[in-house]
Amino acid sequence: MNAILNYVKKNYIGFSVSVLLLLQVFLLPTLLGEEAAGGILFSIAAVGIGYFGYKAYLFRKQNPDFKAAESTTLVNILGSVIAILTGLLFGFVLMLIINPNQAIDGFFTILEGGFRNIESLGDMIYFSVPLILTGLSVAFAFRTGLFNIGASGQLTIGAFVAVYIGVRWGALADIHPLLHWLAAILFATIAGGLWGAIPGLLKAYRNVNEVVASIMLNYVAMYINTVLIRNFIYNPDFARALDIKPSAASPTFNLDLLFPDSSINAGIIVALIVVLILHIILNKTTFGYELKAVGLNRDAAKYAGMNAKRNIVISMIISGAVAGLAGALLFLVQGKHLTPVNTILTEGFTGIAISLLGLSSPIGVLLAGLFYGSLQQGGYFLQLYDYKPEIIDIIIAVIIYASALGLFLQKFVLKGLKASEMRAARQGPGDATGDTTEAEGSDDK
Amino acid sequence: MTDLTFLEILYFIIPLMIASTIPLMLVATGALYSERSGVVNIALEGIMLMGAFVGAVVMKQLEPTELGTQMIALVGLTVGMITGIAFSFLHAFAAINMRANQIISATALNMFAPAFAIFMNRTFSEQGTQRVLLARNYRIASVEFLGDIPFIGDLFFQGAYLSTYIGIVLFVVAAVFLYKTKWGLRIRACGENPHAADSLGINIYKIRYAGVLVSGALAGMGGVIFVLSFATAFNASVAGFGFLALAVLIFGNWNPKRIILAASFFALMRIISNTTAVVPFLRDLNLDPELYQMLPYIATLVVLAFVSKNSAAPRAAGEPYDPGKR
Repeated sequence: MNAILNYVKKNYIGFSVSVLLLLQVFLLPTLLGEEAAGGILFSIAAVGIGYFGYKAYLFRKQNPDFKAAESTTLVNILGSVIAILTGLLFGFVLMLIINPNQAIDGFFTILEGGFRNIESLGDMIYFSVPLILTGLSVAFAFRTGLFNIGASGQLTIGAFVAVYIGVRWGALADIHPLLHWLAAILFATIAGGLWGAIPGLLKAYRNVNEVVASIMLNYVAMYINTVLIRNFIYNPDFARALDIKPSAASPTFNLDLLFPDSSINAGIIVALIVVLILHIILNKTTFGYELKAVGLNRDAAKYAGMNAKRNIVISMIISGAVAGLAGALLFLVQGKHLTPVNTILTEGFTGIAISLLGLSSPIGVLLAGLFYGSLQQGGYFLQLYDYKPEIIDIIIAVIIYASALGLFLQKFVLKGLKASEMRAARQGPGDATGDTTEAEGSDDK
Repeated sequence: MTDLTFLEILYFIIPLMIASTIPLMLVATGALYSERSGVVNIALEGIMLMGAFVGAVVMKQLEPTELGTQMIALVGLTVGMITGIAFSFLHAFAAINMRANQIISATALNMFAPAFAIFMNRTFSEQGTQRVLLARNYRIASVEFLGDIPFIGDLFFQGAYLSTYIGIVLFVVAAVFLYKTKWGLRIRACGENPHAADSLGINIYKIRYAGVLVSGALAGMGGVIFVLSFATAFNASVAGFGFLALAVLIFGNWNPKRIILAASFFALMRIISNTTAVVPFLRDLNLDPELYQMLPYIATLVVLAFVSKNSAAPRAAGEPYDPGKR
């Protein structure tokens, strides 16, 4: 808690700007009406870009002899970008093969993605919330040396608990309108954390590989989910879970005024808070440092007096909790239902993809999640042309495969950077790289 | 419904169980090859799906022709095998040449396969659905001569599939090859101590490629067997069989004999969950069928928790080979 306060104190400029922006989001649309929405969004974007530009400027001033090729973060980011380009190129070629006439229009639809209009922008944010959170879950575990392939199971358990509370605990809404929703997401988070603790405990005390354990637990969660739905909250008329009470659905906090006609809700606020908390834990606290140390070298961490076993379990609990929260936000929406069919929820695997693209850093995951959401919207609009939306999943899979070849890509990037620096050095002092990608890089440090 | 007698239940359950055991056993053997050579392959699910997809499409194209039903099945199995090899090549390349994280590259393949199958099917099939329906019945009513043997004939040679017998033969060949031949020994050496193997002049990269490609072949074939045996249609899923096969491998402690036992146990649980309504004993218990289906995974977890200390898992599995590292 102290560390979080310290962090806020140190970064008071950033925080006061964000608070102002949030106030703008919540208050202005009600005061000014829907016409102001575009202006507000534009000003948020402008302030955001300005803030990162300022950060980049500060970084440049503090590190005058910064060399792009020596920054692993920058090299990693460029590797991700190349992976993304590879995936998009693959998609484009596939579209060319299937229907050459519309390939170019279709491809630009994908690129345009969620940025088509305000409504699709809101939908993009809405769809990306559970993805950002599962991405965060996988990323957090990954940073602490664990591969949480079980996000899917933790998400399923969280979703069930949230929907159960949403269906049965309607009385909470009489105490305070928000209490019902808050209780649902809180207990879902706890349930996800407990489910995540199982592979953590097995890893810490029985030396069981967490990948294998969590794959098994994914299937156990899937079947348990089916059994629980059928026995406790079953709606036989539609062969699905009962409708949640309106009070349990995620509130909109006026965001619907900012993004008229879209499905956006408060989920994005929750996601942003989690991004911030995990960012602080991982990068600014001793606790996070210990978790990462255990992940890098369990024996060395033990030698330095850290409790490796406890840290592994805690990492998995946090990771599972975030996945459980993702499940809650995914299903605490009116008109969305859990169904008792034995299929693995794919969001867990998407989380792996997003975590990889985001380089396992919370802020990177936020951007990667939004990118994925944008691609999904692109896939949705792609149906205007003669293509099926699954092409997006293919593109994502190729992106992940390309980023798995990271070593190769990074070598490639390094070579390019070094060459451009040599050229720059020969031409005299000048700006070799610089721009927004670098700002993101510096922000991660 | 009248209750079935014990013998009737046996005649009913055993062939179903065998049909489920075969793909599990084969795919688990594939995983065994891959892991013994030092590459963890959790892409089995995706490879099975890809094999099932291409196999089903090819079989559907052949169905209107004059070809015999079992001949089509044979072609389908071969096509599945080739597809599996081709698809697993991607995993081998990433894991062996690029020293990529094997879980990540496998996850990419697992994501790619269903997306690709659904996309291709919806794009090219006439109705725009993701299903590939097979019209013919690939079950062999009764094997000539052998099917007439009392009891044994009823259990093993009636209502079985061509893939059952091919699967058993392949399994035996694969197990003997891995444990009784020079090349099998080399494969196992690469998974235990690749540096020692390298020092004796074995090409680690080639052996590991072989391991992964064999696993791809068996998984691709397993996918077609899955479609032939219980689906009669490909619906962009192999129902988690790839991951279940991984559980079989672990439950079987990386040992072919115990893989048979594990696969039969898992298959039995699957069949029980599907027959709770028919078998009187199970109907009286009145448990949710999912509880039986859950059991293999829980059993695997328990086994992992209690025997991981003396597990026979290959020591170097999952680690990229780096000649410069000791």
